[in-house]
Amino acid sequence: MMAGRIKPITIAAIVFFLVSAVAPLFVASWATLFALILAKGIVVLGIVLLLQAGQVSFGHAMFFATGAYAAAFWGKFVGGGDILLFLVLGGVSSTIFGLIVGLFVVRYREIFFGMLNLAFSMVLWSLLEKMFHYTNGADGIRVARPGLLGLTFTPETFQYVILYVSLAIAIVAFYAVQRYLDSPLGHMLRAMKSNETRLEYLGMSARRVLLIGYVISALLGGIGGTLVAIIQQIATPEFGFWTKSGEFVFIAILGGGAHAFGAFAGAAMFECVRFYAAAHLADSWQLILGVVLIVIILYAPNGLIGLRQRYGQARQGGH
Amino acid sequence: MANVLLSAKDIQIRFGGVIAADGINLDVLEGENLAIIGPNGAGKTTFLNISTGYLRPQAGTVTFLGQDITAQLPRTIVKLGIARAFQIPQLFLDQTVMENMLIAAASRRGHPSGLRALSHMPEAPEMERLLDLVGVKSYAKRTARELPEGQRKLVDIALALALKPKLLLMDEPTSGVASSEKLAIMDILTKALAEEKVTSVFVEHDMDMVERYANRVAVWNVGKIQKVGTPAEVLADPKVREQVIGI
Repeated sequence: MMAGRIKPITIAAIVFFLVSAVAPLFVASWATLFALILAKGIVVLGIVLLLQAGQVSFGHAMFFATGAYAAAFWGKFVGGGDILLFLVLGGVSSTIFGLIVGLFVVRYREIFFGMLNLAFSMVLWSLLEKMFHYTNGADGIRVARPGLLGLTFTPETFQYVILYVSLAIAIVAFYAVQRYLDSPLGHMLRAMKSNETRLEYLGMSARRVLLIGYVISALLGGIGGTLVAIIQQIATPEFGFWTKSGEFVFIAILGGGAHAFGAFAGAAMFECVRFYAAAHLADSWQLILGVVLIVIILYAPNGLIGLRQRYGQARQGGH
Repeated sequence: MANVLLSAKDIQIRFGGVIAADGINLDVLEGENLAIIGPNGAGKTTFLNISTGYLRPQAGTVTFLGQDITAQLPRTIVKLGIARAFQIPQLFLDQTVMENMLIAAASRRGHPSGLRALSHMPEAPEMERLLDLVGVKSYAKRTARELPEGQRKLVDIALALALKPKLLLMDEPTSGVASSEKLAIMDILTKALAEEKVTSVFVEHDMDMVERYANRVAVWNVGKIQKVGTPAEVLADPKVREQVIGI
């Protein structure tokens, strides 16, 4: 039953990744745009993963910030750095942090799950703001352009290097999340949404199933955060602020939570609107995104990827 | 004499002023189909809830194959070999019937790690056979939400059987099913239980079902067991007829 549904969406994903690889070769300013889309898509992949279990985290920016500050702290206290090293640091620290926070939050569901996540993220945000001596407070920490495997780059080359690193990670993450969602554990995560009681009566710990999903989503958040810090060459407490968490949830709903590709479709839409609306309509890009979200919720509750499914079904029904 | 599978000793539990179990003593014997009957509120479901770890009794012990399972977690008890089917079927409504079954098969393994696709699990033929056994194989690719109530009940039971339990506890397996379908469902069910060599305990309100399918009957009344015996003995007892069956 899945074959007919996944196939066109897999093609859409392949097209998207190809466009991300090729389009910036023609328009240089797109290199950073696409790198950001891919990096945020990776973070939102984590949100989409939790949506499978019916849970929405309003605090996932904490892992995003963890990944970003892992790179920033290395630059500030050790100096130098390498993209791969930063990614390892960001991935490991957000995984550990995700495990610690996860042990608490997986005991709760729905609004309590969402709010407890938000509370944890605000604690982190406050620490980043207040511990000025280590974090430079609201100014944040500059992330100097790192090398890659010992190579150093000019700014012009570097924007392509980070684009292709982001692309490679996005593809791996997209594929791995798909595999995970198709695996028994992924199906159990989805099963939690409709019947946690039955899961327990099959001998599984629902909390453990959710914890595994949560830690994976924290890892994705951390990796995305490291990439964004490298792309924007800065990490600020804003990275961990609740509006940032809201942005990720927004993108997930925009793209659609039913499939991993929704994360990238949503991120592409979001960043493009911001990129162009910010250029042409100064302060009203939020207004445009707000209207887009209202339209999505009213007319396409399954997000952008749901639109295609709906259209496909209508066409099938017509025959 | 047959082995004792499950043994309840002096179980007591009360909810506020309501006594749901007041010194329940019962042995469930290997291979039998034991029916639990009694008026509403007599504590029948409470007994199932205690036996599956959902409720903790205030006094008394439950042992399964000699092991104390009182107040163990439901999932620990499931792993020991007690499965449960529900009065209201508990399915994963957004997934297909086959996916439901394979999730059960993966749970049975204990640690469903690895990234092998659920649909490629080696247990797939076994799960298909179970669906066939309870007569819902034709629904395998439908989402559980699309199934009519009777079929949901059967899938619910198939999910329990997928765990290869030694003992299956069922809460009103034919409630909510049209009376014309009850016999068919119970026929399928008893055949499946015999084939899988599963002992069963089932709560039932329909005396025709009890007479036809139970080897032994336990009569619950206000938190106590009033009588245990063969269906013929129990249903002939004038006290039981008056207080429990209401004739």
